[in-house]
Amino acid sequence: MSSHKRFCTFIVDGLTFGVDVLRVQEVIRFQEMTRVPLASAMVSGLINLRGQIVTAIDLRRRLALTDRPPGQLPMNVVVRTDDGAVSLLVDEIGDVLEVDESTYERPPETLTGAARQIVQGVYKLKDSLLLIIDTNEAVTVHDKVAPGLTKAA
Amino acid sequence: MTETLQQELIKDLLLESHEGLDRLDRELLVLEQGQGGSDSMNNIFRVIHTLKGTAGCLGLSHIEHTAHAGENLLSLLRDGKLVITPAMITSLLALSDALRGMLRTLEATGTDGTADHSELLAKLEQLQVIPAASAATVPAPPATKAVYGLFSDDEPVAPAEGHEPSVAAVPAAAPQPEIQIAKPAVHAHDVGPAASAPEGGNRSSVADNAIRVDISQLDKVMNLVGELVLARNQIIANTAQFDQAALITASQRLNIITTELQESVMKTRMQPIGNVWGKFPRIVRDVSHELHKKVRLVMEGQSTELDRTIIEAIKDPLTHIVRNSIDHGIESPEKRRAAGKAEEGLLSLRAYHEGGQVNIEIMDDGGGINLERVKAKAISQNLLSAERAANLSERESLNLIFLPGLSTADKITNVSGRGVGMDVVKTNIEKIGGSIDLQTQPGQGTTLKIKIPLTLAIIPALIVTSGGDRYAIPQVSLLELVRLEGAQARKGIEQLYGASVYRLRGQLLPLAYLNQQFKVAAGTKKGGPEQDDVINIIVLQADGRPFGLVVDEINDTEEIVVKPLGKQLKGITSFAGATIMGDGRVALILDVVGLAQHANVVAETRDRSAANVQTRAKDSVDNRQTLLLFSVGKDRRMAIPLSLAARLEEFPISKIERTGALDVVQYRGQILPLIRVADYIPGRVTQEAPTDILQVVVYSDQGRSYGLVVSQINDIVEEAITIKRASTARGILGSAVVHEKVTDLLDVPGLIAAAEATSAQSAA
Repeated sequence: MSSHKRFCTFIVDGLTFGVDVLRVQEVIRFQEMTRVPLASAMVSGLINLRGQIVTAIDLRRRLALTDRPPGQLPMNVVVRTDDGAVSLLVDEIGDVLEVDESTYERPPETLTGAARQIVQGVYKLKDSLLLIIDTNEAVTVHDKVAPGLTKAA
Repeated sequence: MTETLQQELIKDLLLESHEGLDRLDRELLVLEQGQGGSDSMNNIFRVIHTLKGTAGCLGLSHIEHTAHAGENLLSLLRDGKLVITPAMITSLLALSDALRGMLRTLEATGTDGTADHSELLAKLEQLQVIPAASAATVPAPPATKAVYGLFSDDEPVAPAEGHEPSVAAVPAAAPQPEIQIAKPAVHAHDVGPAASAPEGGNRSSVADNAIRVDISQLDKVMNLVGELVLARNQIIANTAQFDQAALITASQRLNIITTELQESVMKTRMQPIGNVWGKFPRIVRDVSHELHKKVRLVMEGQSTELDRTIIEAIKDPLTHIVRNSIDHGIESPEKRRAAGKAEEGLLSLRAYHEGGQVNIEIMDDGGGINLERVKAKAISQNLLSAERAANLSERESLNLIFLPGLSTADKITNVSGRGVGMDVVKTNIEKIGGSIDLQTQPGQGTTLKIKIPLTLAIIPALIVTSGGDRYAIPQVSLLELVRLEGAQARKGIEQLYGASVYRLRGQLLPLAYLNQQFKVAAGTKKGGPEQDDVINIIVLQADGRPFGLVVDEINDTEEIVVKPLGKQLKGITSFAGATIMGDGRVALILDVVGLAQHANVVAETRDRSAANVQTRAKDSVDNRQTLLLFSVGKDRRMAIPLSLAARLEEFPISKIERTGALDVVQYRGQILPLIRVADYIPGRVTQEAPTDILQVVVYSDQGRSYGLVVSQINDIVEEAITIKRASTARGILGSAVVHEKVTDLLDVPGLIAAAEATSAQSAA
């Protein structure tokens, strides 16, 4: 196991998150989205990524953070998951960071809620913490099935 | 011989042998029916012979040896030295299974395995004994024997390096076998193996023009065509703004070429449904033998073509249905005789195109489905409560068959009865956008109707706008479009306790507003939908019943490429997928059945057409009725069975004319007498404020129609009603509690008699 790992970093609601660079397909600017009625609030919409239809998940909502202020356009971090490409909507894109394995720690027990499911671990950077995201978990929407969808018996 | 060449050759062997063995099965069954003749025998012989030869060349001695045993018997049969018997057919079918098994082992492991078939071989050997009477002809045909001898050589013959690729299959008699060398994926190959063999009879020449193409290659081409269709749509959407003749001409050409290319590629993916059905004679034979039943299989429309992804998807469900029909449907010969039917049961498969869809019917003339037994089973397996079971309609009871875990077989057989099955069948068929419908008549048989789309990849769709977003509606579910303007738009839509309905040619059409269903704000138009100047209703069909979908705008029809949604959205049954529009944006594709269920517009209670037919029949069974609720005066709630109401109409007061003592209106070229219900029912009726529009329930009896004037049409409900207080009063049958309110049941014939008596009096 190499002692260095590279992460694509981004900012969501003032926090710095990272995704393994090998997981990231591409980073693109804000795209026009088609909203999906009845879907979970975490799903912002669908984008057309060169003919491929990609679901955009708002990380702020997925992480139960406050909503992005109106007018501020999110960026798309398109990640590869077991279920194809999914876009994570973030506030800002940071650098690709190479971090030392020795600075890694499991997330503290005090971390609860949505973040607990998604944050795999923490790298202690010099002046901030880098929260590492489990992409497969981040793109899983645990929301109950939208109301009224139970099939008539 | 190089490794890859060997593998390549084995791949070819597998491909052609599986096909060959399928054909062998078919031909054997033809022979068993006493049809066929020398052609069939030649075909069978050729399959085994080719397999033996090729296997020998590749050093697959086990396969070769086994095939050889069959070949010996077959050559005697072919030369007329032996007459085929059922025992031989059974053994030859077993041989075909054994060979298949070895081929599967070969595919999985690269060797032909060590499975022991000595019993089968001995059997085949034993069958070769020629009856004494014809013993004179025993000497084996020396010439042919010598030729086959070439192939007993275990030493594989390697082709020379750089050998010219040859299109011919292995010619049986050639001293130095030419081995077909193929490019991967796409290679020329004649579909009938050994067509060039000396005994090659009347093989169709079409086969020589066919090539074999790797499925993944075709899928790739199809995907690319899909992208091309999207790009075409995009270009067409944009060229409209330019005024250059050359550009417009080019884009028109692009349009035509793309459409033609798309059609051609689709055609290459089409396969006749016979490819799936080909296996059924064998399955029917095996299953019916196992169950000691006699079944005749009739197939119609084998050449009906379907996209291969769909062929793949329906293969297992169809097989399951066929097995089920024999196991559960068709009775044993004794039972059939007792029931006065032919001992041989009939299982018929029929496929045909209809309205851009493929219909498949599987019909048996067996005992039908015993609904009571299905219900009892469902209750005993805790899938259903007894109370609920009692209230199920016939259709709902039939649908219990599709419940997971339900099995009506009394004993578990090899064939069925494990309770996994019909639910999977239904799920699989619905997954590809199809539907399944079951009809049964006790003692007469059961018919299953499956409707499936021709293709899944590119479909024609209607594009609509609602709440500012575009949605695509697959054209197959579309019945018609209704546009209401001006006054019509303001008045055309009526409310039944909050449920919107529209009278479409006199039938109430339940409506769903797309924006309300999707909880998005209405589009840019001002005011609520009721106040709009224009209302667009898309009449759709879900589960065989119509409903209206109200949208802001109807845009256009377009060919769309269906793309799947991510797993985050899989739970939303209202969407079937998404597509990319001409402007590059994504639009969702509506799943009409899912949407209808979401909007509750196709619940059983709304099944008016069915209710019409069934109400009377059901009355005798239970007291469930579909009732039309209306009010008379301000506060009298009344009801009549919906089946008595021919139509619901509105007449402006200005249209009322008088003849004698009766009010009448001109209605559909007739004079419709109006009966004000309030005037004839006993008891107090609070008079309502006079209105300009009369609400009329048209009642028809023996060719005469009457209009019952009521104050307001309230609702249509299906309820088990119990008449709480039978009435002796004229015009009223009694009272019952409907929707927690006391409701009088109107005696319509009594009321009419009363009205006629009154008018006769006043006329006199």
